Amino acid sequence: MNKNLPKWVDLGLIPLLTLFLAFAVSGLVVMSIGQNPIEVVRVMIQGAFNPFGIGHTLYFTTNFIFTGLAVAVAFHARLFNIGGEGQAGIAGVGVTLIMLSVDWPHWTVALVAGTVAAMAFGAAWAAIPAYLQAKRGSHIVITTIMFNLIATAVVGYLLVGPLQAEGSLPESPKFPDGAALPTLHDILGVVGIEFDRFAPVNISFFLALIAALLVWILIWKTRLGYEMRAFGHSERAAVYAGISPMKITMVAMLISGALSGMMAVNTVQGEAERLVLGAVEGAGFIGIAVALMGRSHPVGVLLAAFLFGILTQGGAELQFALGIPAQMITVIQALIIMFTGSLENMVRIPLEKIFLNTGKRGQA
Amino acid sequence: MSEVTENAGRLDAVAPAIELIGISKAFGPVQANKDISMTVAKGAIHGIVGENGAGKSTLMSILYGFYKADKGSVKIDGAPTVISDSHDAIAAGIGMVHQHFMLVENFTVLENVILGAEDGATLGSSRRRARKELKELADEYELDVNPDAVIEDISVGFQQRVEILKALYRQAEILILDEPTGVLTPDEADHLFRILRNLKEQGKTIVIITHKLREIMDVTDSVSVMRRGEMTKTIATATTSPEDLAEAMVGRRVLLEVDKKPAVVGETVMEVRDLSVTDIHGVKKLKHVSLELKRGEILGIAGVAGNGQSELLEVISGIGAATSGEVLMHGESIDVSKHANAQLRRHRGISHVPEDRHQRGLVMPFMTWENTAFGYHNEPEYSGKFGLANQKYMLEDARGKMERFDIRPVIPTLVAHHFSGGNQQKIVLAREIERNPDVLLIGQPTRGVDIGAIEFIHQQIVNLRDAGKAILLVSVELDEIQALSDRILVMFDGVIQGERMPEDTNEGELGLLMAGVDPEAQS
Repeated sequence: MNKNLPKWVDLGLIPLLTLFLAFAVSGLVVMSIGQNPIEVVRVMIQGAFNPFGIGHTLYFTTNFIFTGLAVAVAFHARLFNIGGEGQAGIAGVGVTLIMLSVDWPHWTVALVAGTVAAMAFGAAWAAIPAYLQAKRGSHIVITTIMFNLIATAVVGYLLVGPLQAEGSLPESPKFPDGAALPTLHDILGVVGIEFDRFAPVNISFFLALIAALLVWILIWKTRLGYEMRAFGHSERAAVYAGISPMKITMVAMLISGALSGMMAVNTVQGEAERLVLGAVEGAGFIGIAVALMGRSHPVGVLLAAFLFGILTQGGAELQFALGIPAQMITVIQALIIMFTGSLENMVRIPLEKIFLNTGKRGQA
Repeated sequence: MSEVTENAGRLDAVAPAIELIGISKAFGPVQANKDISMTVAKGAIHGIVGENGAGKSTLMSILYGFYKADKGSVKIDGAPTVISDSHDAIAAGIGMVHQHFMLVENFTVLENVILGAEDGATLGSSRRRARKELKELADEYELDVNPDAVIEDISVGFQQRVEILKALYRQAEILILDEPTGVLTPDEADHLFRILRNLKEQGKTIVIITHKLREIMDVTDSVSVMRRGEMTKTIATATTSPEDLAEAMVGRRVLLEVDKKPAVVGETVMEVRDLSVTDIHGVKKLKHVSLELKRGEILGIAGVAGNGQSELLEVISGIGAATSGEVLMHGESIDVSKHANAQLRRHRGISHVPEDRHQRGLVMPFMTWENTAFGYHNEPEYSGKFGLANQKYMLEDARGKMERFDIRPVIPTLVAHHFSGGNQQKIVLAREIERNPDVLLIGQPTRGVDIGAIEFIHQQIVNLRDAGKAILLVSVELDEIQALSDRILVMFDGVIQGERMPEDTNEGELGLLMAGVDPEAQS
């Protein structure tokens, strides 16, 4: 029924109000452990935006842009890809394999190779559930969840086996120096702007922005995007128009997996410069919330990813400055996901009443 | 003594069964009902006619408690009654038979009847009571249904009887039927009307919502006409005519007949040979169907919905696969396997206006310019560089189609579900007809379309025929088949039951064929 709401209400007011509600409830939770919510917000904002923090905030934002776009693209074809976690994990393996196989002469070549490897491995990991859905009708939600578990196990095995560096830590050898990506410090340094030397944010951030632009073009400007949206709205209509459900399911999931995979360029190649255990850190799941909150629109995804970036970094600061347990920030994130994802109608229906003056009680 | 006077008092002033007073209802800017007052006498059959979107269903939904009126009040049997949900409606003795039945498909008739009216924790007593009562109702009103039959195994005609039984079981005194004959054969419709007359004799009050004027004339005592949310006319049926009602509905004189010259039939364009379809459950939907379609003719396929017409259209249009048989286009065989692609069909000169425009013909959240290219979006004129769509051309093209087919408002960026049923259908029609196909497949061309647009759509179909194209028309509206077709095939249970020329047949004969009876074999 969102067809009749003004756009600014649908895309602006509703997310803001749900966010406000989520924060209000979070405030109550914070008060219940004896902390002052206003102080908590101050610390979070400060932690996320101070010269040290912003570098981390943008680093997390980069991850969430990739995984958020991944969910959004699949969602336009009405496919719920919740396998971002596994796709990014396996993409990390791909990046590691290629980085360790060549002594990279220059970061530009390494970036291209790393990106291609990440996309290919992420897409390949999405391809199997996609094929099972398209050919056999196995539900993609179930299969992608299973594939997350398998990916975790595969990565875990590789890091204590074939890919393990010397020593006892479950991590791969460090990549050659030529593979290191320029950080924001390096990039801004060229134009004479000072930026924190130790911040993990790197050139992948710009890769993420480009990916968002390309997704926007794909969805709204290309014939493939048109076919994906048609299929997403009505499979019967798609078949009538001669659009192959098999093809769209495969293509949408491959693109989605590739986008999830690109996150590994940021974390594995850009930050850790080696594969470590748990490199994805739940970003695949946060991508679902980011896409839901961003209404599967690239601009919305950018904004939502930034919000979750702030929460992640600000949350770390909370732990540091106020001794609030890390679980508390997970609670706040969960509240946001719950309010934006599943309790949206709590805000939407009253707003529809206000704006449309309907008193609808049921379906006619 | 006191009982007698009480009864006498009630008899003196027989209050109307339903009295609606000043009902208004708006959905946002749309005024669905404007200050409507209506009275239905006790024991009468009252019809409500009007085009789609005239507000008939809204009005009845208010009476049944689905919507809350912004203004106005309701009296049932003279007593002011507040109906805020369907429980209140049932308590007030109102039963409703929806256009789309509200039955649990895998429950038996008996289980459906008691659903929501069970008493006690176990079903035993409810079952026994319902079984006894169904027997009585069946005897009284010609409402025979096997109480142990499972809903999905019985015909729609019987399913409808179950809906009526459900209402009667809940002690309904007032029965509202929304488009009750849409899915029935003429024979089944006649039976329904007999049931309704029986109910009326027993003092029940009946309200029928329909767009079929002939039914109104046949069965109702009085009729109300709605137009654009207002009740324009309420009149005794005996004193009016279909033409007058149509005029009151549309607001102008309407041509109820189709104006067409005799067909100039040419050579065969398409041939269907021995086509069979078995669905995934192993049910034979189409059994060895053969037919020929010639240039310059409209071949009408009559039949009750679900007798194989949809499968026939789907196979020819490349949506569904045939199990066996073939389709020839200009003498050349075309792919009817599961690998068939609807886009390739279009290249073969076959265009398709599908039966279900909401699910198939249009993508409802798409803008008009996206819909006017739908299915043809990979054609060179719609394609830009690098896989991009040529949006500039698509917009221009949409605007042209909207102007030529009188699709209003002419805003190519408007989303499909903002248009009326008639305008939506014209979007599909414009897209398919302007491709200048050799064969046009068209299913239910005027379902859910207002009378004014029906006239236009019929004219477009006839024009295409006069341009020497071949048209395969599938419709469950017998009137439409008779008015448009140059030749009629009747389908029943997946086979072609008979072929007739429209001038040599009548509704009775076609109705028998639709029910699977061959009148010639009988006599």
